Amino acid sequence: MADVLLSVRGLKTYFPFGSRWFGTRGVVKAVDDVEFAIKRGQVLGLVGESGSGKTTLGRSILRLIEPSEGEVYFEGQDILRLSPRDFRMIRRRMQIVFQDPYATLNPRMQIRQIIAEPLLFHKMVPPNKVTSRVIELLTKVGMEAYFMYRYPHEFSGGQRQRIAIARALSMEPDFIVADEPVSALDVSVQAQIINILLRLQRTENLTILFISHDLAVVESIADRIAVMHEGKIVEEAGTDYLIRYPHHPYTKSLLRSVLDVDPTTRRPVKRRISAPTEPTMK
Amino acid sequence: MKRKNRFKKLILFGALVLPGSGHLLFKKNTKLGIHVLLGSTVVALLLIFRWDRFVHTFQSRAFDDWLALIFIFLSWSAMVFISVKHTYESLIEKIKKPKIKTPLVLASRRFKENKLAVISLYVICIFYIIAILAPFLATHDPSAIENVLETRYQSPSWEHPFGTDEYGRDLYSRALYGARVSLSVGLLAVLIAITIGTLYGSVAGYFGGFIDSLMMRFVDVFIAFPTFFLLLMLVGVFEASIVAMILILGLTSWPGTARFIRGEVLSLKEKQFTEAARAIGLPHRTIILRHLIPNGISPVLVSAAMMVSSMIYSEAGLSFLGIGIRPPTPTWGNMMSAGRDALLVAWWVALFPGGILAATMLSFNLLADGLRDAFDPKVLMRRFL
Amino acid sequence: MLLKVENLRSFFFLDEGILRAVDDISFHVNEEETVALVGESGCGKTIAALSLIDLIPSPGRVVKGKVYFNGQDLLKLSAEHMRRIRGKMIGFVFQEPSMALNPVFTVGYQIAEVLRLHMGMGVKEAERETIRLLGETGIPEPEKRFKAYPFELSGGMQQRALIALAVSCHPRLLIADEPTTALDVTVQVGIIDLLRHLQKLYDMAILLITHDLGVVAEMADRIMVMYTGKIVENAPAVDIFKEPKHPYTKGLLGSIPKLGKGSKNPLQGIPGAVPDFLDLPPGCTFHPRCELGDRDCRKKFPKLFAVDYVRHSACYKYYKV
Repeated sequence: MADVLLSVRGLKTYFPFGSRWFGTRGVVKAVDDVEFAIKRGQVLGLVGESGSGKTTLGRSILRLIEPSEGEVYFEGQDILRLSPRDFRMIRRRMQIVFQDPYATLNPRMQIRQIIAEPLLFHKMVPPNKVTSRVIELLTKVGMEAYFMYRYPHEFSGGQRQRIAIARALSMEPDFIVADEPVSALDVSVQAQIINILLRLQRTENLTILFISHDLAVVESIADRIAVMHEGKIVEEAGTDYLIRYPHHPYTKSLLRSVLDVDPTTRRPVKRRISAPTEPTMK
Repeated sequence: MKRKNRFKKLILFGALVLPGSGHLLFKKNTKLGIHVLLGSTVVALLLIFRWDRFVHTFQSRAFDDWLALIFIFLSWSAMVFISVKHTYESLIEKIKKPKIKTPLVLASRRFKENKLAVISLYVICIFYIIAILAPFLATHDPSAIENVLETRYQSPSWEHPFGTDEYGRDLYSRALYGARVSLSVGLLAVLIAITIGTLYGSVAGYFGGFIDSLMMRFVDVFIAFPTFFLLLMLVGVFEASIVAMILILGLTSWPGTARFIRGEVLSLKEKQFTEAARAIGLPHRTIILRHLIPNGISPVLVSAAMMVSSMIYSEAGLSFLGIGIRPPTPTWGNMMSAGRDALLVAWWVALFPGGILAATMLSFNLLADGLRDAFDPKVLMRRFL
Repeated sequence: MLLKVENLRSFFFLDEGILRAVDDISFHVNEEETVALVGESGCGKTIAALSLIDLIPSPGRVVKGKVYFNGQDLLKLSAEHMRRIRGKMIGFVFQEPSMALNPVFTVGYQIAEVLRLHMGMGVKEAERETIRLLGETGIPEPEKRFKAYPFELSGGMQQRALIALAVSCHPRLLIADEPTTALDVTVQVGIIDLLRHLQKLYDMAILLITHDLGVVAEMADRIMVMYTGKIVENAPAVDIFKEPKHPYTKGLLGSIPKLGKGSKNPLQGIPGAVPDFLDLPPGCTFHPRCELGDRDCRKKFPKLFAVDYVRHSACYKYYKV
């Protein structure tokens, strides 16, 4: 029976806005009292549209953005209560893969250095073994060894994302937050990256929080899905169950909005366009 | 077989004696070869024609002379080394390692397309080399005064290419030594300014919040001071030696750079590779030094080139007004000041230093333009598709 | 036949070489039909669309080809004439509504401006019609939105306003370049519904440009698949999805995660990556990534073979797909 690796309770991340001197100080409740748990080796998909707070949630868990309130338990320890220095040592076991492959790698560093940096900092391998480990990691994500002498600008989006995954893996993390890792990629490349993640999740027994706005993508990789809307999780269930028997109206509308790739089943042509339920103003 | 070996040895010997020849012979890196050949020729000529100076240097303790000598020695060694290495590699037909395409390589490729900028870079390098080698290139002692009434205000001639000034001193030699002052002040002051400014500004930008506000307030106050009067004050307080000049100019310019790089860091901070570095758990100093500064440095370098130009100008201006470096130490500024009175009679006294000053500043400005174009990544048209 | 494109070529003349963004494509769009130009990013589809109405940014330009609209070759028209056609007969919906709408003018002003220019309406009349249009595209309280600036509206509303702008003069053809890409899924559906409604209402033809095969499945009658500047397959929508006749199309379809397929199933994907335009493989540009590729594919880029009288595929081995 797998134990719970990550558990979040009462998590709130509020951003103040508005001038402090004049007028009322308002808050943006990006993450508004969120609670969930992920078992070791599981993949939890976090689905939501833009502005739902899913990106903020991912970063709040890793303390890349400091949450305002709540608890985040990693292996039973509340990491929000740790001092920055103590947390730094835990950091290596919770990693992140970002959305934009073109901004995720330092353009001035060779691939070798990019992957070696965390290896050396966390002393994962003795210095003389660094290069061979870099080659090992590159091979794991399906890249050639000699790529390590190159610079990021010589690679395509999909390749850069693989490098980012290799970098995250170098620290042998238990938990990875995948923040829209394929949203900026072409469809054919998307499939490659998703397959890599699936394979690695199996071989490295990774626990993944997979964030995306694309329900179909999430379905292909997640064991459970949590639906996020305006800072709150409105529904959470096993993947197959949620997709077949959604409960919450927002989940239902999300599922209805997914276009099936079948020209024979189409939405009927509307006789009249009514004012939509979507937000009008910013 | 033996003949081939002997032939090889002969070639290597030739590369040793006449650096650069090897390159041309094998048509490898010919550009580099021409440079090396030119350089070694110049060194050879210098040694032959100025042997007296060479000997003199060993006897004297003057810093200027030793600087020139060490420079000659180092560059000669470098040229020989390059020449022999490449010649050897050509002989044994070594497989070349593919050139690594660092972002720097890309930028320098773009830079080279700008002919004007490349010429400026050459001019600047030549000026600096001339300045360093001044003891060997000067024909007279820049401070020597003899037979004033006979030698004063002589128009340019073969013996005095730039003429003589009111004390009969050779202006060509003075200009060379003046170059040392101006160019070194420019470069070193800028180095001080960008070092302090970059560190200060990147720390402020990275930490943000209260620290940033505090640090930047100080910078704002500093910038609010009218620079000219600040310089006047400082120069008045401290005696105007070259070192003082460098420090004063450097320490008054770093706030500008600080503000500049703070802006860069603020935007770089949000980029995902910085977040990745934080996610790894890297300490602040590593993130600033390894990730933020290298990526934000390009506009700083461009502004540094412009700053050299304005530093040289400031120094010349202060010396011109008489509050900078005083005669008899020659700088272009005070040479122009001295020539001001005799402008109608002896135009050469002011014109040559002025002309060289203008040329130097122009070169740095064009260099700055070239750097800016090289660093500025051209719109990636591919994204359009 | 409303629009007939013949052998269109648009190249970018860069220092590094000639970038063949659109390399000899031919297609047609009939009245009231929806034709989709599909491809991944960087295949040239956006440039193809911009070529039709002469809006290619420099250093690119149309090099060759004919674009017949209602019998007239658009490429041969003067700039003045082209301007009159643009907007009135051909509407264009851009990808990023926040960038296509001028931020310093109100939404209402921009639409009314078009009406005054192309339809010769007076100020009051244009205002009335604009409000009507805004309402028709599903924008609530159109009188208020008339006075709103683009940045005050949400992404979906901006796109609706942009669509209102594009259809204001009842164009015969609407070119929509990635109309839903920048929007959330729930908003996306609304826009698709809107486009189809307007199409029916105004008897418009739609040329849809997108990489999203889901949107294409909802809207298109015919599909053209583009790869590295060329059309590699051209067929009715139903046929393309059921029986693709080009390995690239097949690969694309296999890469899409389809809802309902169950969890943890690996997707097919296409090995390799889209080649750089300045470094295209010889012959068929897809062959290095193609499972059917062999030596013959390397010689010359295949022309569009007729699979049957409505389907064409640019593949020497189309019968094996």
